[in-house]
Parts: sequence; structure tokens; C-alpha cells
Amino acid sequence: MAVTTYAQAALLALQQEMERDPTVWALGEDLGREGGVSGQYLGLQQQFGRHRIVDTPISESTIMGAAIGAAICGTRPVVELRYADFGICAADEIVNQAAKIRYMLGGQVRVPAVIRQPIGMRGGMAAQHSQSTEAWWIHIPGLVVVAPATPADNHALLKTAIRCDDPVIYMEHKELWTVEGEVDAAAEPMPFGKAGILHGGSDIAIVTWSGMVAACLAAAGKLAARGCGAEVIDLRTLWPRDREAVFMSVAKTGRLLVVHQAVRVAGFDGEIVAEVAERMFGSLKAPPRRLAGPRTPIPFSEPLETQCRIADDRIVAAALEMIE
Amino acid sequence: MNETQAPQIERMHGMFLTMLLIRAFDEYAGQARRDGKLRGSVHEYIGEEAIATGVCANLLPTDYISSYHRGHGHCIAKGADPVAMMKELYGKAGGVCGGKGGSMHVADFSLGILGANGVVADGVTIAVGAAQAVKLRGENRVVVAFFGDGALNRGPLLEALNWARVFDLPVVFVCEDNTWSDKTRTSSVTGGSGILARAAAFGIPGETIDGNDLLAVDAAARRFINDARAGRGPLFLHAKTYRWRGHLALDKGLYRDPAEVASHTADDPIARTAAWLISQGVVAAALEADRREVTARINAAVAEAEAAPWPDMKTLFEDVQDAGAPTWR
Repeated sequence: MAVTTYAQAALLALQQEMERDPTVWALGEDLGREGGVSGQYLGLQQQFGRHRIVDTPISESTIMGAAIGAAICGTRPVVELRYADFGICAADEIVNQAAKIRYMLGGQVRVPAVIRQPIGMRGGMAAQHSQSTEAWWIHIPGLVVVAPATPADNHALLKTAIRCDDPVIYMEHKELWTVEGEVDAAAEPMPFGKAGILHGGSDIAIVTWSGMVAACLAAAGKLAARGCGAEVIDLRTLWPRDREAVFMSVAKTGRLLVVHQAVRVAGFDGEIVAEVAERMFGSLKAPPRRLAGPRTPIPFSEPLETQCRIADDRIVAAALEMIE
Repeated sequence: MNETQAPQIERMHGMFLTMLLIRAFDEYAGQARRDGKLRGSVHEYIGEEAIATGVCANLLPTDYISSYHRGHGHCIAKGADPVAMMKELYGKAGGVCGGKGGSMHVADFSLGILGANGVVADGVTIAVGAAQAVKLRGENRVVVAFFGDGALNRGPLLEALNWARVFDLPVVFVCEDNTWSDKTRTSSVTGGSGILARAAAFGIPGETIDGNDLLAVDAAARRFINDARAGRGPLFLHAKTYRWRGHLALDKGLYRDPAEVASHTADDPIARTAAWLISQGVVAAALEADRREVTARINAAVAEAEAAPWPDMKTLFEDVQDAGAPTWR
């Protein structure tokens, strides 16, 4: 075990997979020159050469389209789109091509591509560099959606994503790049659809992922100090998602609070609450609640931006209202 | 008339048969759509057959092609089975895509057909990626990207041209210039000084040819594909032709001057090839026998497709994805 950052953990995973499988390669802007926006590719071009760590023009449609073409012709591309906001520039290729080629061609071919689209606010990045768009992709049949919250998960889940034969939307959170944690370099790939129970409790289930996991854990600590037990569930992967972990926790606690940074309206929180309501309405001791972003673009000004964030105190307050 | 060698006559005769098969397939498909026997979009390739035929005749089975919505001709020319294609158009079991793709998504990966595609220009970005994989894996394959003149005004195509040049990829871009972008005359919505100028702007050598002249297509394609295989790609072939029918089978094309259409249907690539073959000593009766053979093949394909069962309902959920595969709930 070694302490590394979330970015270094992803770098290690990609390096290990490129050493293991010569068909794995990566493409995107500034991967070789700058090692990516946050150093998550640093040194890989020196190790693997310009044909496997490919610096591309600013051409998101073709970055994605070419990755698809290469994926259906025997390689495993890792696509770097820098920000989820720019993933929207490649939405046609992701939605109309990557997600559908296997199905509409009757299973003749698969699209083993990892599509990295970092999400979330990073302090003053404003409306076009701060969005959390995970729900967009969860809605599309054919796509896998992953949102790791810790360095260890980023390492183990990226390995799984690279070995997966489906197109994987891989959403790292920009504020987590520098977060440190223990990473076992020899860790096995982590199966998709297995949530992590990061804090135990029997009064309320708090379901979250990605950049909101830390705030939920802080809230759980504060709740514990007040005698309230919060079970914090990090979904880790949003499609497939670990329904059973949520159902079991709600069966135990009778309360469900879902927390994410993306806009609440039509967010994935609604799906989780709906599944619980359909399946176990009678087990609920309180109406489920959701804490998520307002339906505004992310503003630049610091106090305005802060209003869009879910602080741990808001999670504590919501949980206490539900419990009391 | 110069003496032409027997192998060349034989080659042209073989391509003539392919063109007839494409024509007959799409004559049937278009009419069947108008008669309500087929559903959805059917884009006929009628009048453009020499391009797919002449280009694909110069490809190896292992070479890749990408196609677009008007894709039946490319698939037949690359060797796809017309029976499995017809089943696909009917949405039946045994279709090349199991009935899940239909006319716009015909593909056969075992023949290097990366798929017809329903989004204009998207097949071109996929083609450059296929070429990148070829290069990465050190394979001896060429990629041909077929697209129409309408695609020239989509951003992804312009990106893909630049991309192919930046990475010096073994791609031959084949622009099938049939004059029409759906119901709009392409020249009325296209700036600049012509189609080749677009390629030239990215440093890609190109050539304009008469796409209804099978000999010219065959000769140009051979040079371009050989060059791409020798590492001198990318290259750009601009083949001029004309779309005889509407954009879709159900589009009567009434926005066009009938005199303009007639002037182009008089320039029939199949009739031109037949005339050439006869000028080389092939007897007309042999060509008539070809026509009867092709008609019989298409009739048999239709009969087989109509008799084929529907896909098993469980295939609805198959091949969506491995992780998080769907169920009814």
C-alpha cells in the first residue's frame, strides 16, 4: 500500500493496463505534453510512445468517433475529454454510435472504449467547466457510468473499465484529483455495480457518489456525535448500480436521503428514490429526500457558487429533520 | 477501339454483374417500401452503382469500408449476402444484424463492412479510427470511407479530414457527389471553390472523376487504394454522379426539374458498362442472361426473407451491454 492522489491512482491503473495489454491506448488533447489536465497521463507518452498516448487536435467529434472506429477494429482506446462539459461536444458519437453499434448491428461487434469525462465544480470554473452530467449518460441504453470517489476506487475501477467490453463513461471528479488515499498497486479490478458502505448506521441511509462522498461522511460523523446513525453508501458505479445495497439499507433504517452535486431536477436521485418507493414504500418511516444542485448554471462568483454546493451541515440538517 | 485484354473484359463483366445486383436489390427495396411491404427508411443507391462497385473491386476482403444511410450498394459490392441483407430490410431473423438494424445499419464485420450509418458523416470519423487501429496494430489494411456530398458541411467530416492528415492514415475518402443533400441542392448550401478544395485545405491529394464511368472509377480507385496501402494516405476521391430517386423511397423528388433528372438517367452507369462490354465483343445475349440471373437471385432473396421467422423476442434484450444488461424491470 502507498499513499497516492486520486490522479496518480488513475495514472497507475492506466500504466498497468497498458503494460498488460498492447491494444490499450489513450487519446486526447495534451496527454503527452502536459500529462493531461491534472497529470493523470504524466510520463506515459515517454514510456509507451506517441502512437499509444496520442496527442490530438481539439476535435471532440473525431476524438470520440475515431476511438469508436478503433474500438471496433481490435483495440481498447481510453478517451480523454478533459471536462464533462466537452463530452457534450462528442455526445452524438457517444449516444448514436458508441452506445448503439453493438445492438443495432446485431451483436457483431463491441465497443470497448473508456470515455473519461471529469465532472463537478472546481472553484471558479463557471458554467461551462463545472457541470455534473452523469444522469445524461445513465439514461442511454448501452453505456456504463462510473463515478469513483477515492484514489483506491479510481485505481481499481479504471482497470475494470479498461477491461470492459462496453463503452464506459468514466467520470472522475475534478475536486478529487489531489485528494490522497491508500492505494494497493496490486489491487484486482473492482466489479461494477458494487457499492461501498463507508459508514455504518441504523437510522438513515445516505446514498451518494463522487465528489459528495466526503461531505456525506463528514455529515455522518456529526450525526453520530448527536446520537444518529447514518449509513453512507457510495454507489461507485451508477450504471450498473447496486440496488440491493440501497434496498437493504432502507429496509434497516426506514429512511433514504440521496445526495449529489448534479442538478436535482431529473437527476439520478429521483430514480433511486422512485425505485425505493415502488419496491418498499411500506418500510419508509419518513418521506425520502434529495439534496442536489439547483436548476441554475454554475455561477462564477464564489458566494454564488457556494450556494450550489451541498455542505455537510445541510446534509446533517436534512437527516435530522427526517429522523426527528 | 483499342484491343482490350480478356482479363479486363472479364473483370468489367464481373463488376457489371455486381452493379446489376445492386440495381435490382434497390429497385425491389424502393418499390417494396412504396408498396408498404417494408417499414422505415429505404435510401436507394440507384444510378450510383459504379462507385461502390469500382472502389470495392480494388479492396481486399480484409480491408475496411464505412458507409452511410444509402448503404446497400457498398455492402453488396464488398460481398455481403443479398439474402441476409433482404432479411435485414424485412426485420427478420437471419438478417445481417438480426433484424435490429434495418436498411440504414446494414453491416457485415466478417467482410470488413463497419456499418452503414444513420448519422451523416459519423461513419467517416469511425473510418479514421479504424485506420488508426490498423496503424497501431501494424496491419496491412486500407480503409475506405464512403459519404455523400451532403456530409461535406458537417463538422465531424472536416475534423476527420484534418485528423487523417495529421496522423497520415491509410484512408481513402470517397465522396459520392449525387448533387443532393436530402431535398436541398448541395451547391446552394456549400461555400468555397468546390469539393476538392476542402480536401486540399487539409493537405489531402484528391481527384474528381466521372462516377458513372466504371472504367474511370476502377482505375482511380486502384491507384488511390494502392497508394494508401503503400503509406501515401490519406487520399480523396470525388466521384460525380446523380441520385435518380428521391432522398428516400417515399420521397417523390418533386422539387427537381424532370428535365434535369432525365438528363442524368440517360447517363446510366449500367447501360454505359453494357455498351462497353458489347464494344469489346461480349454478346448482348450474355448480358440479358446476367439480368435474368440477377432478377432470379433477388426474387429468391425476397421469397426467403418473406418466409423467414421474426426475431426471437429475447433478442430485444441481447447485445445492449454486458455490465448492467437490461431486463423488463
